Amino acid sequence: MMKKTKDRFKQIVENFYLVFIMVFLYAPIATLIVLSFSNSKSRTQWGGFTLRWYIEMFKSATIMNALQNTLVIAFASALIATIIGTAAAIAISSMKPFPRTVIMGITNIPMLNADIVTGISLMLGFIAFGISLGFKTILIAHITFNIPYVILSVMPKLKQTNKSVYEAAMDLGASPIFAFFKVVFPDILPGVLSGFLLAFTMSLDDFIITHFTKGAGINTLSTLIYSEVRRGIKPSMYALSTVIFVTVLGLLIVTNFAPGRKRESR
Amino acid sequence: MNKKLLSGPYLVWMVGFTVIPLLLIVYYGLTDKSGAFTLANIVSITTAEHAKALWLSLGLSFISTMICLVLAYPLAMILRKRGVGRGSFVVFIFILPMWMNFLLRTLAWQTLLERNGVINGILKALHLPGQSLINTPGAIILGMVYNFLPFMVLPIYNVLCKIDDNTINAAHDLGADFYQTLVRIWMPLSIPGIISGITMVFVPALTTFVISNLLGGSKILLIGNVIEQEFTRGSNWHLGSGLSLVLMIFILASMALIAKYDKEGEGTAF
Amino acid sequence: MRRKSFALVLGGIMGIGLVLGGCKGPSGSEGSQGAGEVYVYNWGEYIDEEVVSMFEEETGIKVVYDMFETNEEMYPVIEAGGRTYDVVCPSDYMIQKMIENHMLAELNFDNIPNLEHIDPEYLERSKSFDPENKYSVPYCWGTVGILYNTSMVAPEDVPTKWSDLWDETFSGEILMQDSVRDAFMVALKSLGYSMNTSDPGELEQARDLLVKQKPLVQAYVIDQVRDKMIGGEAALGVIYSGEMLYIQEEVANQGLEYSLEYVIPEEGTNVWLDSWVIPSNAKNKENAEAWINFLCRPDIAKMNFEYITYATPNKGAFDLLDEDLKNNKAVFPDIDSLDNCEVFQYLGDEVDTIYNDLWKEVKSN
Repeated sequence: MMKKTKDRFKQIVENFYLVFIMVFLYAPIATLIVLSFSNSKSRTQWGGFTLRWYIEMFKSATIMNALQNTLVIAFASALIATIIGTAAAIAISSMKPFPRTVIMGITNIPMLNADIVTGISLMLGFIAFGISLGFKTILIAHITFNIPYVILSVMPKLKQTNKSVYEAAMDLGASPIFAFFKVVFPDILPGVLSGFLLAFTMSLDDFIITHFTKGAGINTLSTLIYSEVRRGIKPSMYALSTVIFVTVLGLLIVTNFAPGRKRESR
Repeated sequence: MNKKLLSGPYLVWMVGFTVIPLLLIVYYGLTDKSGAFTLANIVSITTAEHAKALWLSLGLSFISTMICLVLAYPLAMILRKRGVGRGSFVVFIFILPMWMNFLLRTLAWQTLLERNGVINGILKALHLPGQSLINTPGAIILGMVYNFLPFMVLPIYNVLCKIDDNTINAAHDLGADFYQTLVRIWMPLSIPGIISGITMVFVPALTTFVISNLLGGSKILLIGNVIEQEFTRGSNWHLGSGLSLVLMIFILASMALIAKYDKEGEGTAF
Repeated sequence: MRRKSFALVLGGIMGIGLVLGGCKGPSGSEGSQGAGEVYVYNWGEYIDEEVVSMFEEETGIKVVYDMFETNEEMYPVIEAGGRTYDVVCPSDYMIQKMIENHMLAELNFDNIPNLEHIDPEYLERSKSFDPENKYSVPYCWGTVGILYNTSMVAPEDVPTKWSDLWDETFSGEILMQDSVRDAFMVALKSLGYSMNTSDPGELEQARDLLVKQKPLVQAYVIDQVRDKMIGGEAALGVIYSGEMLYIQEEVANQGLEYSLEYVIPEEGTNVWLDSWVIPSNAKNKENAEAWINFLCRPDIAKMNFEYITYATPNKGAFDLLDEDLKNNKAVFPDIDSLDNCEVFQYLGDEVDTIYNDLWKEVKSN
């Protein structure tokens, strides 16, 4: 009896805590969503329901261009980083301990270093080599900080693969490339995939490195929002937040509930 | 067929875009405008205004990291308990805000905290006196905690999930109470997660210039702001590079310190 | 396994996001019309966007447009050359600095026939920083003053001089400019010194004054001062005269119960002039000159004036305005009647460093 009430009490405390954190996390987002529908620039007065900030946002070439740039850069940089990183991980795993330690040390640099230092060093590098800043420099910068994430995702999977299966395939006459794609690749695929996705997310969210490496007339969503906020907040930014949030939430629900049921029935 | 050749593109890339740029920072940091060797840029960290900015950054990011830890640990424990067997939807709900753009998250707090912002609006409606919330160190800490909390929750949650229920049950069977299991079992086993959480919060908090700019009204100068402004306004790249070097040394030193306590840290972050 | 599902969820999100993004992406923005491009670097909120599209339509030149917040922020960008711009709009003293550091190209005035519409008086004034009128074409000008909110400032407290920004009744109600020269101008003028001083003693006094003011300051802002003042965030703000008309319009539009008034402090102020210049590393110089020429056309200058509401040096455009506006002293101040007003001068790299260091001391305090 005692234990039951105690558990009950614990449950309540836990729920209370979850709700508290939920409020902390979602109150700001909820505020943005509410304001995005308010027909008034004031933040304290409800000016009636409107969709005009959404129309303004979708009509704005600047915002749409920034959105496009963000997605293209995130996708391209994640893809290239995945290819280079996976190849590197395979090579590193077959190396002797000393070169491996050195390379892994270098790999860790962009992850450990502050974004601001990475951004500045890349900017100095581009300028020193006379590479004019633009779309390509953002892309290069994003690939650079993305590769380590891929390597760190693929390496543990490679450790788990069984080398003798690969060798057996070769003994049975498979070419190294064929053997790799038939035997090793399926095993490390989850690592490759999560590396890609991690890289994609990192690229989407980056502001600081892009801030230092972007060129004339190019914005990603992050740099655009920064300059808009510095100039005074426009309600179309609230609309943008809402759209991003709802997209992420919707996809989360769709992708999470479908496999979720399968898992439960297993 | 030599597998090592596969690392070729990567090595070229890392040398070109990581090692050489870093060496450039070292070069700029150790020279003056005429290109002569100097330590002045490094030593300038001891001038009153730079040292103050560094201390303030260290202080604010330390406080934020601690708050994140205190908030995240119980959350991760509850999530572990709830998340198991019910799919991980609950977990995702708590990670979801991380996918909102970093700047939008900060913008949200600006909207809430401003003098005529939402919080003061509510206070006014309740006939309470308005507060000056924005442009204070408190606002910056809030912004840091809000932005980086998921980075603390995730790694801790991940290591907690790896702890076998049997271990906990065994402890209970042997008569350990909640406090004892927490201190003897949970904490020691989750150290790798705590450590990677601390690094993932502390480093970005220490070096940020965005949060202090947007929530500090440019009244509070952190070391990140000093460096950013040397590059974007003061146009003294040598000084900026010198200060970046100092910052880098600080980070590496704290990493090394942390790594001493980290036994299996690699890859616990995600 | 959890990690795998984490990855899967991420994958789903990203995949669909990309598809959506692909559909939403604007088309045609990349199409080049053959006449090339012009890279413009201008202040925030400093042009009517309609003017940009009209320019693109009429000339076929594609405009790539970026914005900066302060002269100090613009300078390293042009100096480093990592990003190149064809036409930039800095202020007086910064143009002088760029000329002295050989960063500007001489303009070919054959390509800018509309220069004839610029009031010669402003070309004369430009000589203080561009002695032979070789590098710059005036775009906007104005003063710096104090904007106050009538509902937050009692009639007896209405600011008349810079030193009112040190009045403790306005603690937490003051918005200062977050740019070195403007901030020091306020302090130096209130001390009765020249805002172009390079005397370390005077500058240190100014620094001490700014440090003393800091607890009273709500925030150091640049472009945000406009929206913050309209939103009633602060009682006093240091602001450029050109924002006035826009602010008053906006106050009327939003039906706010207060009004905002502008004063030029009696200690004197900064009279500034922003002009178009072409950096020497510009890649599309002729397009840049076409851009400058277009902006000097009276009807365009008038459109621009009506949108950004900064005083125009364009005589042709001025003549097209209503009498009311022409006589609005807040917008078009009578320069000769302003006592103690000065134009910023470039003081050399060494003095610049002193300013920057002292300003950093203020900010870190």
